[in-house]
Amino acid sequence: MPSKISVSNLNFFYGKDQALYDISLEIPEREVLAFIGPSGCGKSTFLRTLNRMNDTIPIARVEGKVLINGIDIYSKKTDVVALRRKVGMVFQKSNPFPKSIFDNIAYGIRINRLYQGKTDLEEKVEKALKDAVLWDEVKDRLNTSAFGLSGGQQQRLCIARALAVEPDIILMDEPASALDPIATQKVEELIVQLKKDYTIVIVTHNMQQAGRVSDKTAFFMLGKLIEFNATQKMFMNPNEKLTEDYITGRFG
Amino acid sequence: MENRIIDQQLDLLRDKLLLLGGTTEKALQRAMQSLTERDSELAQKVLKEDKIIDQMELDIDRFSIEILALQQPAAHDLRFVISVAKITPILERIADHASSIAKAALILNNEPQLKQYVDLPKMAENAAEMLRSALDAFTSEDAQTSRLIIKQDKIINEAYKRIFNELIEIMIDNPTTTNSAAQLLFVAKHLERIGDYVKDICELNVYLTEAAFIKHSGKKSL
Repeated sequence: MPSKISVSNLNFFYGKDQALYDISLEIPEREVLAFIGPSGCGKSTFLRTLNRMNDTIPIARVEGKVLINGIDIYSKKTDVVALRRKVGMVFQKSNPFPKSIFDNIAYGIRINRLYQGKTDLEEKVEKALKDAVLWDEVKDRLNTSAFGLSGGQQQRLCIARALAVEPDIILMDEPASALDPIATQKVEELIVQLKKDYTIVIVTHNMQQAGRVSDKTAFFMLGKLIEFNATQKMFMNPNEKLTEDYITGRFG
Repeated sequence: MENRIIDQQLDLLRDKLLLLGGTTEKALQRAMQSLTERDSELAQKVLKEDKIIDQMELDIDRFSIEILALQQPAAHDLRFVISVAKITPILERIADHASSIAKAALILNNEPQLKQYVDLPKMAENAAEMLRSALDAFTSEDAQTSRLIIKQDKIINEAYKRIFNELIEIMIDNPTTTNSAAQLLFVAKHLERIGDYVKDICELNVYLTEAAFIKHSGKKSL
């Protein structure tokens, strides 16, 4: 299968400080890839290189190549807004707009002019909410504030908002770390379902979560990619001792 | 982290398994002794203590499941708990065979001795030695030794064939010995099975140490 995302020899700097060292990896289409590693290991930084979210940091600098669908996203020709539409992102803390549930989803569809007429817009909002398995819970209150939703529902709303602009890839930075087990389970089930249509990259501190949802796992430490392997292999018999020490909590 | 909570639990699990292993070894050794020394009282003791072994098995089962549920082990830790959970019923079955040998001894001890016991005690010694080494290899995670022990099972199988043929001949020559000879045949069969079980323990040690499944993969994996 051709790679959806292809990263080669990526180095990343915050000013003089190097945060990522020579990362190369291939992410196939319609798979879930989990990034694990201790805090500060660079996994979130790496995630954010995949849709150039780091561009918003003035002192940030990138070397190396990131190809998405074979196209270099760091080329001068890249339309960063279009890139971020194709590579959506969901954060640790749900961040709905202070608007109605409907308008939260409709926002991206409107500004990107992805609809033709009111009915089409409504259908697109409904589809996004259905894809995020939230529709049944909110269909009778679409015009109420998104802040009235529970934490888990708000997080799925943010996933629906990302889906509404028709992305290819969804990046998730600890999407369930602030949720209770039931809401976490819903988000995880959603991730597994979304895999049918999207390529998903998820940063998580929860080892069991990585085990439950991902096909492949990448372990980062001190800005280096230590091991990148099938998730089963990583959790049953990793190649690297550092990986084993990390997933079994043997780090001191 | 030097002292993980899970380490204490895994150490305790290992201790429980080794205690079960030691008790099983003792059961086998005593069962054979009750036969060779015609000591029916000792045979009764073996049967009585089998209940303790059954309880030990249940205890390890429960504890293994508890560790899986609460500690959620991964990688080597996970393989260790799985191996212990799989070795435990094997040891319990070896102890069952020891009990069966003790039962045969109770019958045989009421009959005149058929012949001098030479081959059977030798075979039992081999089986006991295999079991002891297999448990040692598990403790030290020595997969190489486990592979060597697996090969030794051949010696037990050959001894079984020899004893089998010899006992059949005795039965043909003198049909009045049939009852005793049949009991001795059972004993030999129990010992032969114990050899197979020790092989299973060795295979699980290879799994623990190398994450490799060598069961059902023939000689090439040794």
